[in-house]
Amino acid sequence: MENVNLDEPKDGSRTTVSTIVDVADVSFAYGDQLAVDNVSLTVESGDFLGLIGPNGSGKTTLLHLMLGLITPDEGTIELFGEPVSAFDEGERIGYVSQQATEKGSTMPVTVREVVTMGRFAHAGHSRLTDADVDVVDEALRTVDISELADRRINQLSGGQRQRAYIARALASEADLLALDEPTVGVDAESRDEFYRLLDSLNDSGITIILIEHDIGVVTDRADHIACINKSLYHHGDTESFVESDALEAAYGSGTRVVHHHH
Amino acid sequence: MNGTLRVRLELACMAIISVLAVVMIGFVVLYWLQSFPYASTLYEQYRLGGRLLDAVLGTNVFRHPFMWQSMATGVLIGIVAPLVGTYLVHREMALIGETLAHTAFAGVAVGFLVGGVTGWDTPLLISALVVGIAGALGVQWLAERTDTYGDVPIAIMLTGSFAVGTLIISYGRGFTGISIESYLFGSLAVVTVEGARMMTILSIVVVGVVAYTYKQLLFITFDEQAARVARLNVNAYNTLLIVMTAVVVVGAMQVLGVILVAAMLVIPVAAATQIAASFRETLYLSIIFGQLSIVGGFAVSIGWSMPAGGSIVVVAIAFYLAAIAASGRSSTALSTH
Repeated sequence: MENVNLDEPKDGSRTTVSTIVDVADVSFAYGDQLAVDNVSLTVESGDFLGLIGPNGSGKTTLLHLMLGLITPDEGTIELFGEPVSAFDEGERIGYVSQQATEKGSTMPVTVREVVTMGRFAHAGHSRLTDADVDVVDEALRTVDISELADRRINQLSGGQRQRAYIARALASEADLLALDEPTVGVDAESRDEFYRLLDSLNDSGITIILIEHDIGVVTDRADHIACINKSLYHHGDTESFVESDALEAAYGSGTRVVHHHH
Repeated sequence: MNGTLRVRLELACMAIISVLAVVMIGFVVLYWLQSFPYASTLYEQYRLGGRLLDAVLGTNVFRHPFMWQSMATGVLIGIVAPLVGTYLVHREMALIGETLAHTAFAGVAVGFLVGGVTGWDTPLLISALVVGIAGALGVQWLAERTDTYGDVPIAIMLTGSFAVGTLIISYGRGFTGISIESYLFGSLAVVTVEGARMMTILSIVVVGVVAYTYKQLLFITFDEQAARVARLNVNAYNTLLIVMTAVVVVGAMQVLGVILVAAMLVIPVAAATQIAASFRETLYLSIIFGQLSIVGGFAVSIGWSMPAGGSIVVVAIAFYLAAIAASGRSSTALSTH
């Protein structure tokens, strides 16, 4: 693990740590139900990692572990070179959860209010400045929903809503974007557009971790694949994944006895 | 309605409500300080204004200081209850208010008992506040351990604290002989000078805290998981919200009573949610509807000698139904455009 530390962490200059997430020998169980079994993987700066696996394979749990939403039973996790429990630069992570999409259904919140939440970790308790507003405007433009800014988020289509959440992550000027099945219930055309947007964000240097049930999409877009079913079946670049037999191994054909540790 | 006109109208209403609140807080403070030189002169102005109002309106209300204490408490309830309620309703914690009201009732009972046994003049609202806050922390403790503000722990807490309250009162009746009814149903006459003072202090604190934590509470209400990822201290803010709820409930209990107090946390917010376009507008409209319900409820209560709590809640529900009707019409109007 290379882990170059910076001189001035607080004044906006980003740390030059090149490992964004470092998961080492991590296990996690819900009660006695093992969800993640001894997984180790790293996500480097600029990676587009597709996290795949069958239903109930522990993908979301692994993502929650990486983000520090839950604490591993065993093993260690580092975010931006810091132990995840000590990590406090929340604005560096943009997160779109599975539930996020449902919540907007009853609460009256405008698209602009949602995107502005991306500035909250920066602003703390002080008032938002004009500069904050500019960043929000810019984020709305980048994902092309400026004209929807004053609509209630629940009036948006699934695809537009996902763009709003991405804009929130952009507004926080996140270095890492973590997405948990963002395109469930989004039509095919908006989905393509959405993934093109992710591609261009990735090109501009944002690291992406994407959970996606559609393996075709992942292998098209992601440059790295982590395939898990409780334990890690494959972690490497997309080509090596396509050539490997990790997919059948993880998804199996009814039996889950196949073992293929990396 | 034109968008900017609507915003201006809302801001104008908020300005009026702010002035009303300042006038009411002014009365409570001046009544408190009336033995001091300048305060006594100003206080006399209030009395004069009250008599004038009575003369103009042909009423027999504003000349009485005790009515001002009740009105001040009511106006402040109309601000802080919908304010805190907006976050509660959209966190799907609407029942928490009801639960904490029952916990506060147990607190009143404890106050009675302590007063009866020791012969001290226990301030019942203070004991309600202490037990209410303890109940709030208890609910939060349960929620953190069961991962939800689920119906079942809340229902147990709600009925459990009420049960304990009735037991204590029944046991303590021998010592005190005081009726608990006014706390159950509330009344304009039950607002004491101390109660109004407490409400004034609590309201200033609650408005200040919500203003200071507006962004954090909004983020947590909308997307708790993302707020956690952004490293907001979600549990601390949840605790803060629930303690503020307990505080507001105890203050509002004087007028509305234990049984109806939750209505002011929920109904104005439900009405506002029907027609608001943004979260900020929801907050404003909740407070506007809350204040209109208080003023309307007071008018009904005083005009027809009806209980204040019931009047306020019925007026609030009328606004809620009107909001539903208005939102139905405006959405069809939008779709035909």
